[in-house]
Amino acid sequence: MTGSSWPLYEVFVRSKRGLNHVHVGSLHAADDETALRHARDLYTRRNEGVSIWVVRSAHITASSPQEKDPFFAPSGDKVYRHPTFYAIPDDVPHM
Amino acid sequence: MSTGNAYEALNDAAGDARWAYGTGFADPLAGVDTRLPDGVDGADLGAYCLMLGDDALVMSHRLQEWVTRAPELEEEVALANVALDLLGQARLLLARAGQADGSGRGEDDLAFHREPHEFRGVLLAEAENGDFAHTMARLLVFSTWRLALLDRLRASRDPVLAAVAGKGVNEVAYHRDYAAGWVVRLGDGTALSRERMAAGLAAVWPLTGELFAAHEVETRLVAAGVAVDPAGLREEFGAVLRQVLAAATLDAPPLPVPGAAAGRSGEHTGALRDLLAELQGVARGLPEATW
Amino acid sequence: MTGTPQGDTLPLERDFEATIGHDQRIEPRDWMPDGYRRTMVRQIAQHAHSEIIGMQPEGEWITRAPSLRRKAILLAKVQDEAGHGLYLYSAAETLGADRGELTEMLIEGRQKYSSIFNYPTLSFADVGVIGWLVDGAAICNQVPLCRSSYGPYARAMIRICKEESFHQRQGFELLLTMMRGTPAQREMVQDAVNRWWWPSLMMFGPPDDASPNTERSMAWKIKRHTNDELRQRFVDITVPQAEVLGVTLPDPDLRWNAERGHHDFGPIDWSELKRVISGDGPCNAARMARRRSAHEDGAWVREAAAAHAARKTGREVAA
Repeated sequence: MTGSSWPLYEVFVRSKRGLNHVHVGSLHAADDETALRHARDLYTRRNEGVSIWVVRSAHITASSPQEKDPFFAPSGDKVYRHPTFYAIPDDVPHM
Repeated sequence: MSTGNAYEALNDAAGDARWAYGTGFADPLAGVDTRLPDGVDGADLGAYCLMLGDDALVMSHRLQEWVTRAPELEEEVALANVALDLLGQARLLLARAGQADGSGRGEDDLAFHREPHEFRGVLLAEAENGDFAHTMARLLVFSTWRLALLDRLRASRDPVLAAVAGKGVNEVAYHRDYAAGWVVRLGDGTALSRERMAAGLAAVWPLTGELFAAHEVETRLVAAGVAVDPAGLREEFGAVLRQVLAAATLDAPPLPVPGAAAGRSGEHTGALRDLLAELQGVARGLPEATW
Repeated sequence: MTGTPQGDTLPLERDFEATIGHDQRIEPRDWMPDGYRRTMVRQIAQHAHSEIIGMQPEGEWITRAPSLRRKAILLAKVQDEAGHGLYLYSAAETLGADRGELTEMLIEGRQKYSSIFNYPTLSFADVGVIGWLVDGAAICNQVPLCRSSYGPYARAMIRICKEESFHQRQGFELLLTMMRGTPAQREMVQDAVNRWWWPSLMMFGPPDDASPNTERSMAWKIKRHTNDELRQRFVDITVPQAEVLGVTLPDPDLRWNAERGHHDFGPIDWSELKRVISGDGPCNAARMARRRSAHEDGAWVREAAAAHAARKTGREVAA
């Protein structure tokens, strides 16, 4: 009813020469090109001269800092995960 | 922040400029000679600055109307950026207008205390927004035309206009790409979006003829090496539109036939009257006030 | 995700408590108790919703701003709020929340936003007073959140606080300019202060003895100060600012208490807060309707972009 959601992208910004790209957050975009444009609008307010990387969150492979964590076995390579438990917050009546 | 954190690089590296509007913005007119160039009529230059300034002011207003109504939050930010750029251009141009015509009117005098018939913007800018496709069609047409214009205006004999154009070219190139991206996505998206994109383009197209008609002030200033001849923008405009519409899998309408310079002569529609009622209402309600 | 046998989670819980105990940040892929995750998602989402709904009361004045400079400032400010909403939704998504779902919850009334935005903006002075009082109160609330135990939230807050200080300054500067203007302008400012003062104090939430979640949130270092502590700090900061402006704060009981080293202030009408939170504020329906229509009217645009992206990917694969 309310339209498909665009995929999630992670955004990395090099704020000036001599520094690494740093993860600054994420955003949603329909495609890579738009993701880059949105990242520039949102995370740098279009500051010239900065360098931006965007990557689909689903394409990131990550280590788990707590290897003993049993929860991560099924989805341990994803940068984020989608538990379903929270969909109903605990302060909602009639649910 | 004593604990190591990834934001430190962002925080400390480049000062405040990136964080918020109103800090660290360079004055685009710093060091620019603001005297009138030799042999240029001040009244004409003032009128020309109003034309380009009103286009930007009114177009910015239409984009401001999208705030809190955009189809996605990322587009809120993008649309506001475009509106802010155009508002910035309008302020510089209106200020130059009041300076050039010798009236000493400031940007606010000109924005808030002129009647509709004293506005010199094109009808394309004042038309109502319509839906998002319609708005993107208009923004594509507007920024394609304005980019071609500002690109040539960088060679103006008026150093202020040249400086404003130099700053504006980068901004408007970004606006054009933004709008073009949406026209392609909507044209080549779903059946519904394609239909709406085609309808938006059809609604906007009759207003394009005016963009290539020269007002007498423009004709005189073209001869003086100050202004850009709008007739000379038509080919570039057509070529860009054809390219974007091909990518959008939409039919390109024939090149616009130059029409009468209606808006440039102060002949407007009810849309501008309503827009100005909103834009000017608070300022006119308290004419003695300072803001 | 509640199926893990309890025996397995005890060492994890100890690690979690130890991380918090050492004042270190919890990061997205760390194990965390369900309650912590749920509380964090709810708090961040509510905060994000507040930024987005909060665009509306001021947004109405962008096209009406009485000078081009004020127009540019206000437009940039409202744009920042969209940006803040995005930073925060981004932080919520690191906990597994989905922005689309959070938006649905907002427009279906299943998640809340700050009740302050359910009051109307009746004159341009409200733009200044929102900057000064509402953003000022928000800053008091938010600065401690830069040390929140949840890393992505804390980092988003650093960015937000930096931008909020510009918001507050622009509001104060507008009011100062108006107070030096005409008598009509001074009246507008005083009227706006009268209307926004008490709602601003309510922004800190119910008093501590009626705030059931405070204790746990403090233990988890999600919250760093109690509602009443922050409210007191806000009053103490604001009173001298009001003097500089030359406005009267509408509270006959407001006075310096040398013994406490703080300002005393009058009783807050908590029934009003309750009424506004439960949806009966002057603008609740209008705010929700606007957000809902923007989201629903934009659905065809979002669908088209997704369809185009899918087709383009298909073409690239085929080529």
